[in-house]
Amino acid sequence: MNRAVLYWRAASFAVAAGFVGLWQLIADQRLVSPVFLPGPDRAWASLVRGFASGDLLDKLLGTLEHMAYGWFVASIAGIALGAMIGSSRTMRSYVAPSLEFLRPLPVSAVIPVAIAMFGLTQSMALFVIAFGAIWPMLLATIHGFAAVEPRLYEVARSLHMSRLAIIFKIALPSASPDILAGMRLSVTVALILSVVCEILAGLDGLGHWVLLSARAFRSADLFAGVILLGVIGYLTALAMSVVEKRLLKWRSSGH
Amino acid sequence: MIPERIKALVLPIAILAIFEIWARVVHLQSDSLAPPSAIAAALVEAFQDGSMLTATRDTLISAFAGLSIGGVVGLALGIALGIFHIFDRLMEVTIEAIRPIPSIALLPIALIALGFGYRMEITIVAFACVWPILILTRAAVGGIEPRLMEVSRALRLSPADRVRKIIIPAALPRIFLAFRLAAGIALIVAVTVEIAINPIGLGAAIMTAQQALRPDLMLAYLFWIGLIGYLLNTGLMVAQRHLFGRAALVGDSA
Repeated sequence: MNRAVLYWRAASFAVAAGFVGLWQLIADQRLVSPVFLPGPDRAWASLVRGFASGDLLDKLLGTLEHMAYGWFVASIAGIALGAMIGSSRTMRSYVAPSLEFLRPLPVSAVIPVAIAMFGLTQSMALFVIAFGAIWPMLLATIHGFAAVEPRLYEVARSLHMSRLAIIFKIALPSASPDILAGMRLSVTVALILSVVCEILAGLDGLGHWVLLSARAFRSADLFAGVILLGVIGYLTALAMSVVEKRLLKWRSSGH
Repeated sequence: MIPERIKALVLPIAILAIFEIWARVVHLQSDSLAPPSAIAAALVEAFQDGSMLTATRDTLISAFAGLSIGGVVGLALGIALGIFHIFDRLMEVTIEAIRPIPSIALLPIALIALGFGYRMEITIVAFACVWPILILTRAAVGGIEPRLMEVSRALRLSPADRVRKIIIPAALPRIFLAFRLAAGIALIVAVTVEIAINPIGLGAAIMTAQQALRPDLMLAYLFWIGLIGYLLNTGLMVAQRHLFGRAALVGDSA
């Protein structure tokens, strides 16, 4: 059984390799101008060159830094605010509708406002990324808190638990699947907004790198940057789902 | 008891009123903030001179064109992957390798290949819309009651008829959910591309207002973009409930 899975995996990798080969063929035959489409060999060479000179590593770290700071701020603020709003019925009925109205807002639309407030600076990027990444977590936390089994609250009341104890011992664990799902979504949002902010404000990062490469028609560097961004997207999503599985293990076991 | 509907309005109205009063008291002079009355005036002005409507049209055309193209591609691939498990397993690595690329990273590629304008924006929106539709359609088709597929085999339906008469109707509620999510993404990506680089539509208009130091106009655009996002989402949600009733709630956790 396991062996079959392995074979399928291998076949699937072979197909992917086939597509890369096709890409190489198209580039070699110059079916698409090499100005727009470098072959995978050139993109790979550019990746290696970029890392050897340390340029690309700097940009990669820059983007990761923007993402991480914004996401971190958003996580803390989102969960704290969400817990505050979600744990009180009154707050929920006064605040939640306004939040629901704001949710479908394309977050990038606050970028001009942030630029007007902070200028083209790191704080602008931090504000935008945090503002964008907070929504999934905030709404997931509120939803998770609202969906706690009511009998657990009754138990807490009869045990005379304080409000803080209720939040930490009952509501947060019960809402954790929602919160983690929100956090996973936010990572993607943070990556996209980091790239946009870097493009707009010329901050050190992969977004700036790909834009400069495009302006100078260095398509190999451009593709190297895009590939790296894909790798970041893939690895962060993977890391989040591993963390999620590990943290939520207790839910599937026991009971 | 105060009705929920009124409670929902208390907070926004209170914020607007406090802000208006504060702005008047301190005689606000700012590049980033403006009192709500000035924002409302700027909104009316932008509607009267037509700039708001042109920008809205450009953004919505790009968003919906991208959504349609991405939707068709995603739907076709999703159905194919959902029906043929072999195909699904073979494509897995390829799809998982391309999917995590943030759509906005393609912006510079689209820019040098297609230049400024509708085409570049539509391409990026389409790329972003393919994935949610592909993934959800694949899951929806894969989750179809196996007995329905047996019936289609027993009736000796041609593959085209099988898709048309069995698969699409059975998976439709979840496919519609996918389209609703993708429509939201389409609008977000369109506005983002415009803000980042493309000189058309609402995103470009809000950037121009910021650079012209017109906070009232900028915030009016922000409000308008938010309203469009809200109306799009609410409209599609109502349509979903109306068209599919309880079936619409299947798998809707977002």
